[in-house]
Amino acid sequence: MISNKRLTATKSNAQSFAFALPAIAIFSVFYIYPFFDIFRLSFHQWNGISSQKIFVGFENFSDLMQDGIWWKSMWNAGFITLVALTFQNCLAFALALACDREIRLKRFYRVLFFIPPVLSEIVVGLIWSWILYSGMQNGQHIGLFNHFLDKIGLHHLVNNWLSDPKTALPCIAIVHSWKGFGWGFIMLLAGLQTIDRQLYEAAKVDGAGWWSVLKNVTIPMMVPVILVVVILTVLGSMQAFVLILSMVGQGLVYHTDVPVTRILSAMTGTNRFGYACSMGVVFGLILVGVSLGFKMISDRTKQA
Amino acid sequence: MRKLLGVILCLFLVVGCAKKKQDMNTISIWHWMTDRHEAFEQLAVKYEEQTGVKIKFDLYAPSDAYTQKIIASAQAKVLPDVYGVLDKKEIFASFINSGFITDLTEEFQKNNGEWEKSLFAKALNVNRFKEGNIYDVKPGVYGVPLDVTNIQMLYNKKLLAKAGIMAPPKTFEGFLAAIAALKRVGISGLVSGWGEMWMADCFASNYAFNIMGEEKIMATYRGEISYTDPDWIKVFTIFKTLSESGAFAEGIVTKLNKLAEQDFALERAAFSFNGSWSVNIYHDMNPDLEYGAMLPPVFNKNRPMSIWGGAGSSLVINNSSPRRDKTIAFLKWLTAKEQQAFLAKETRNLPSNREALSAIPPILSQFAEVMDNTTHPTIWMQNEFPLVLERMDKGIQSIIIGEKTPEQVAREVQEVKEKELKKSRRGR
Amino acid sequence: MNYYKVKSILKSSFLHIFLMTVAMACLFPLFWMLRSALMTNETVFVDKSFIPQTLHFENFIHAWEQGNFGTYFLNSIIYTTSVVFCIVIIASLAAYAFSRLKFPGKNLFFYMFVLALMIPLPGSFVPLVVLMNKLGLANTKLGYILCMVNVGLSMSILLLKTFFDKMSPDLEDAARIDGCGKMRIWWHIALPLARPAIAVIVIFNSLNVWNEYILAQLLLNDKDLMPLQRGIMVFQGAHSVDYPVLMAGLTISVIPIIIVYLAMQKHIIKGLSSGAVVG
Repeated sequence: MISNKRLTATKSNAQSFAFALPAIAIFSVFYIYPFFDIFRLSFHQWNGISSQKIFVGFENFSDLMQDGIWWKSMWNAGFITLVALTFQNCLAFALALACDREIRLKRFYRVLFFIPPVLSEIVVGLIWSWILYSGMQNGQHIGLFNHFLDKIGLHHLVNNWLSDPKTALPCIAIVHSWKGFGWGFIMLLAGLQTIDRQLYEAAKVDGAGWWSVLKNVTIPMMVPVILVVVILTVLGSMQAFVLILSMVGQGLVYHTDVPVTRILSAMTGTNRFGYACSMGVVFGLILVGVSLGFKMISDRTKQA
Repeated sequence: MRKLLGVILCLFLVVGCAKKKQDMNTISIWHWMTDRHEAFEQLAVKYEEQTGVKIKFDLYAPSDAYTQKIIASAQAKVLPDVYGVLDKKEIFASFINSGFITDLTEEFQKNNGEWEKSLFAKALNVNRFKEGNIYDVKPGVYGVPLDVTNIQMLYNKKLLAKAGIMAPPKTFEGFLAAIAALKRVGISGLVSGWGEMWMADCFASNYAFNIMGEEKIMATYRGEISYTDPDWIKVFTIFKTLSESGAFAEGIVTKLNKLAEQDFALERAAFSFNGSWSVNIYHDMNPDLEYGAMLPPVFNKNRPMSIWGGAGSSLVINNSSPRRDKTIAFLKWLTAKEQQAFLAKETRNLPSNREALSAIPPILSQFAEVMDNTTHPTIWMQNEFPLVLERMDKGIQSIIIGEKTPEQVAREVQEVKEKELKKSRRGR
Repeated sequence: MNYYKVKSILKSSFLHIFLMTVAMACLFPLFWMLRSALMTNETVFVDKSFIPQTLHFENFIHAWEQGNFGTYFLNSIIYTTSVVFCIVIIASLAAYAFSRLKFPGKNLFFYMFVLALMIPLPGSFVPLVVLMNKLGLANTKLGYILCMVNVGLSMSILLLKTFFDKMSPDLEDAARIDGCGKMRIWWHIALPLARPAIAVIVIFNSLNVWNEYILAQLLLNDKDLMPLQRGIMVFQGAHSVDYPVLMAGLTISVIPIIIVYLAMQKHIIKGLSSGAVVG
């Protein structure tokens, strides 16, 4: 009898496993195999072509630890992520709150706010470098933004937006946020719609104001959704790079470099393939660490 | 919903794989030249009519994607019959040493060097490995140049006239004076795509050749002379001087070359630092643009100005291609006078065949005239570590935006240089 | 008009001004693309007027013909629908198993997928191309589709599992008591309930596949197999100077994805707001 029971359990396990099997199979072939290859390469010195791959042990990693430019690029990505987490997500939340109410043109806004994520990075880069263009012709500013500043009398604010170390990275971060807030908006809006309207009514009967409803009803109900949005924002912003390439080319000194652009320049610019792989591994570990941190915070808030 | 699923499932099944056989009569060529694809395909049709051999041109764009394709295909051993290596000489050498590229030396020397003689030596040299090269490559020629190019300065005649400048400046002082005159009438000076680092690198290299000459530069690369040498400081200081006198168009350090070309074509800047390929672009964007080509103004009058130039694009033959002889025959045909003249006319590039020069527009002959002044990293005996070059190019950017002094940059570059030297002495 | 009415009108107009500003900032690039696409190369850089005086719709026809968009467009539609279809099925099966079913190593496998989301693999294109050639899948539609399925799998599984976790198990329990098997529960109960999350996944992956060109060029050789973005890249190289036609081509390429969004966004909102699905 016992063995029969075990047999049923095994059969059930196998059935359940069959559900995940297609995903695991595709994943093993197309991800795990390249992963181990890259992992192996990170202990080698290789220029990408040569038949010689020289084993160097942990040398790539120890070089990376001392590579100041690499850590600066990490900081830059952190800055973009910080802007995305605050500016982009607050904007997304505010817009989602506004569209959650019974207002006119709700559908219209909902559609428009999702246009930036739909455009390809190339188009976005092209358009924004034209907006932020600095330079004059026949006494007129060519760039739209400088032109606008000039016209409304803020002439002293006219700037060389993308080649000034003080403004280049913030400009990139803002364009990135502009492009990304649509995703946060749609997920947060979906979350807001799940909140039971009766909760709002009850709070209103108790005489709670707008702010207190937000603080005591909306936000606590939204914690899980907000966390998903936060993690996806972190992953998306830390790994963003196409936009940077299309806005400032190979970068303004090292002020606009992020880990992914460093990896690319190590791979094809200076032909250090093995080093690039070790960068990928270290960067991955850091992202895993950050995500674990967020998960721990989320677990703690859930318990509270 | 069910219906929709059914349709999609059918679609998916139809998609299934169908492998095509490779036939011996089709030569496959992978290239990256978006601007020339149409002309290539026309030539392919013509060649098939003449010889019955089919030529398949496959285009991959942008060139970054092409480079990745070539690297990955080399590892998978699926390179086509003909392709191009868009990388440093060191990587070109790696391709050869790993057996991916055919040695064409014999072919070029056949019939008393007939093929070799028909092409510009400067263009051929880009694909040549000399005796005693540092890459351990067997001396010889390994690629076929399709065109010739060089990079120099262009000036807008109308804008210069507006500032009262009648002839383009020949000396550095003259250039600074021209910039000052342009500034008085509100016209931007020099524009170039220095968001792509190699272009700033090229400009710096031009002045390094002018100031200290090839021998001293090679000695620096060998590690015998420091970047803190006064001559190198002079090179870095050129960027400081130009930046402080307002010679650069705003935003030059992060400008993509595409946008820089647009600026010059739309007459937003009086000078441009760009290659001969831009003639085609300026023509398409603004056919009425009146401009001329000039060498960058000399700094050291005792030495001529050297500019970068050589083969613009070259093709190589896969060493394991079963259609090698047919492929060589086709490339010979492609670089013959008639086809080169056709390409030069259609794509406004300088032909690599000497005899095809007669058919080019006057602005291009201004480029052709200075081919004797050209040099290029691919023909030097020594090359700098890529990491040192990266630091130098970034350093130049910091000088232009006023963040660092030439001396600081020189010290930083030297630091990286010493680290790399130490590494290479350890045998890596 | 009393005080409260005035106050509420004022409040809502402020709200609308804010929303309008953001909406305009979002619409602007699309408008700018369209505007540029309708001009000629002579006027596009010079004409500063809001709406060009003469509209050149023929640019769209030129772009379509010169870019050879017909084949590319069809290919992209095939790739996008099949990849999205596969991802929805495979990811929802796996996410359902990770969320609801029991089997040894379940958590290990799930975290494997999550880790994949975080670890970028520089240069993974080299082993991938080697592998595809060994498998005989290089230069086939199937090979490209499988690779793209893999690209979108992790994110989709993560999203769907989060969603299944939040779903109340009551309905499934009832079905199980009625004697439904796992497969039927997944198909008849879990999938329909997960509709909003699936809508998000469809949008996300469609966008991903539609805008992809690097992997396509790595794995495919024949022009006839290439997706639209490759066409756009070539087109951009060849027409970098013909701005209006380039913009027309780019406009054509974003239209389908906007349609997908319009079709899907209804499900996201309606599905979720329709009630007690999500706890």
